[in-house]
Amino acid sequence: MFWGIDVGSRSIELVGIDESGRIETIRFVPTAYNPVGQMKVILDGVPRSDPIVSTGYGRSLFMEHISWNGPKRSVTEIQAYAKGALAFHPEVRMVLDIGGQDTKAIALDDRGQIVKFEMNDRCAAGTGKFLEFMAAALRVPLEEFGEFAMKATKKLQVASLCTVFAESEATSLMARGEKPEDIARALHESIVSRTVAMIRRVGFRKPILFGGGVARNRCVVSLIVEALGCDPVVPDKPEVVGAFGAALIAKESYSV
Amino acid sequence: MGSAYDAMWERLNLDLNAHAALLEVLGKFYGDIYLNQQGRLKGMEYLDFVISEIHGLRIKELQKAKSQGRKVVGTFCVFVPEEIIWAANGIAVGLCAGAEAGRDKAEEILPRNLCSLIKSFVGFKLARLCPFFESCDLVVGETTCDGKKKTYEIFGDYVPMYVMEIPQMKQKADRELLRKEILRFKEKIESFTGNAITFEALKKAVKMLNDRRRVLRRLNKIRRNHPVPISGRDALLINQISFYDDPERFTQQISKLCDELEERVRQGNGAVPESAVRVMISGCPMAIPNWKLPYVIESSGAVVVFEESCVGSRNTRGLVDESAETMDDLIDALVDRYSRIDCACFTPNEERIANIISAAKEWNVRGVIHYHLNFCQPYEIESFRVEKALAREGIPFISIGTDYSMEDVEQLKTRVQAFIEMISA
Repeated sequence: MFWGIDVGSRSIELVGIDESGRIETIRFVPTAYNPVGQMKVILDGVPRSDPIVSTGYGRSLFMEHISWNGPKRSVTEIQAYAKGALAFHPEVRMVLDIGGQDTKAIALDDRGQIVKFEMNDRCAAGTGKFLEFMAAALRVPLEEFGEFAMKATKKLQVASLCTVFAESEATSLMARGEKPEDIARALHESIVSRTVAMIRRVGFRKPILFGGGVARNRCVVSLIVEALGCDPVVPDKPEVVGAFGAALIAKESYSV
Repeated sequence: MGSAYDAMWERLNLDLNAHAALLEVLGKFYGDIYLNQQGRLKGMEYLDFVISEIHGLRIKELQKAKSQGRKVVGTFCVFVPEEIIWAANGIAVGLCAGAEAGRDKAEEILPRNLCSLIKSFVGFKLARLCPFFESCDLVVGETTCDGKKKTYEIFGDYVPMYVMEIPQMKQKADRELLRKEILRFKEKIESFTGNAITFEALKKAVKMLNDRRRVLRRLNKIRRNHPVPISGRDALLINQISFYDDPERFTQQISKLCDELEERVRQGNGAVPESAVRVMISGCPMAIPNWKLPYVIESSGAVVVFEESCVGSRNTRGLVDESAETMDDLIDALVDRYSRIDCACFTPNEERIANIISAAKEWNVRGVIHYHLNFCQPYEIESFRVEKALAREGIPFISIGTDYSMEDVEQLKTRVQAFIEMISA
């Protein structure tokens, strides 16, 4: 088996593939402010002699703190997502990933090579974190936040992308008597407008694959469809694109 | 505590505790980033020494010179013609700072959304951390960007300030303005130091600073070789130190270092593995100890072989013509040289784009990492045109905006590593 581990800010994903590249194992754990401990949990029972590739913001933590007998290396999320997306859908020319603290847009050429990418900088505006804070502010469970926003009937505007400012805007809208569903929708629109701007900066091309945990949010997906005029490919388990890509890189790097 | 220089620093009215803390952080940072490099050059011992004495020996020299009646003049920009200062028997030192220390003090008198470079030099002064500032008899600013020129107005309450106007276009009238401003600066320095600038003295200063540029250009040219015999970090450090070390000594020491580098090249001995990916940094200056981005780049399997920066090629490109036979011609030669500087404060600024492209080719880089300090509008905005021009040439590009804080190092690593993965694929 070949393994890929994607150590994200919010969750850790592990994917194991066989010699043919087929996914055999998928595991998730929350990162929960203890990435090293949680990596040990998710790797429980995985043979330490198998090849493995780490990715995600904790990729170096894995390299430094997890003892491993088999071959190992780390790659950035950009490379892992591009690799995973192409395996899910070989025609893909653009990858969008909205994760816990990063949003990235990656453009691929006709051979599937990365030609350009953009990522948000240190600020988590426009990422999953933004939605998480806003869902909490409106007291809606994160998993239901997209569905909740789909019930909106009135168009509102939230101008700020800064989580702190957006929260105070949302508070003022509530104070004005606006419905939480409408506010939720406006918050979704603000994150999508930022994401679409990022996609356009990289150079929009089709087809586009949408990965990362936020791809499960139906409202974000439908707003992206509206803005780009095309349906993104959304894998069944969008959050494992990175770990799957890392596992494929392990297979490429360490196949005998 | 208890440095041999404590008494001097106390005389200079430094905040001794805060200053000791700064030196400790700097020393540790330098150890991590510089001293642990493999197979370091012998000639770098000089630079290690200069850094270890950054606020010691050089300040002592300045104090001694001052006691003999010489004036110390601080500058912030490669546009200020240092030749004038040296020709009047003055000493020029670069005052730009590259650390976060003092930021909170700076934010008491300046807006928060201002670039780190400005906040840093103001912070260093207000927090009484910089013996260079305290040694200066005059501080010379320039009107390169709005942030600086409006800051100098406020800063004038704290230091003796003189501001030189820098044109923002390169037409005939701008050239005339620059000439007038150089002459006005000359008069100011003459009256301030009490020394009339003779043709011979100016010519000598021109030659001395040209020699410093020549040795830095020689160093840069050596970096065209692959494997490159010196890390980008070390080369940046050399450029940084050129702003405040004694020019003649510096030129002599770096010349020796270049001999060593050329020997390394003959032996095919690189400072980094042959597989290291060659990249250029382009954009804003990096003042000591701002080594963050080069460090991130060079710990990600790449090597910086060119700095298209004020602390780099922008400071060394173009020599002042030494053949002038009259004072007027010599002033013209200064105007010629200084008006060719391709700072992003100019519009249009096609020269810079052309310079980036030709350097990218001559130094055989695989990609350009454009670097701007957050809130530095000229460089950030210009990066869009640089990117387009490089795309036409098929040269990969990434734009990085950051500041002096260390909190974004992990995010920077991801972007820089992904870029290096991309260009090495």
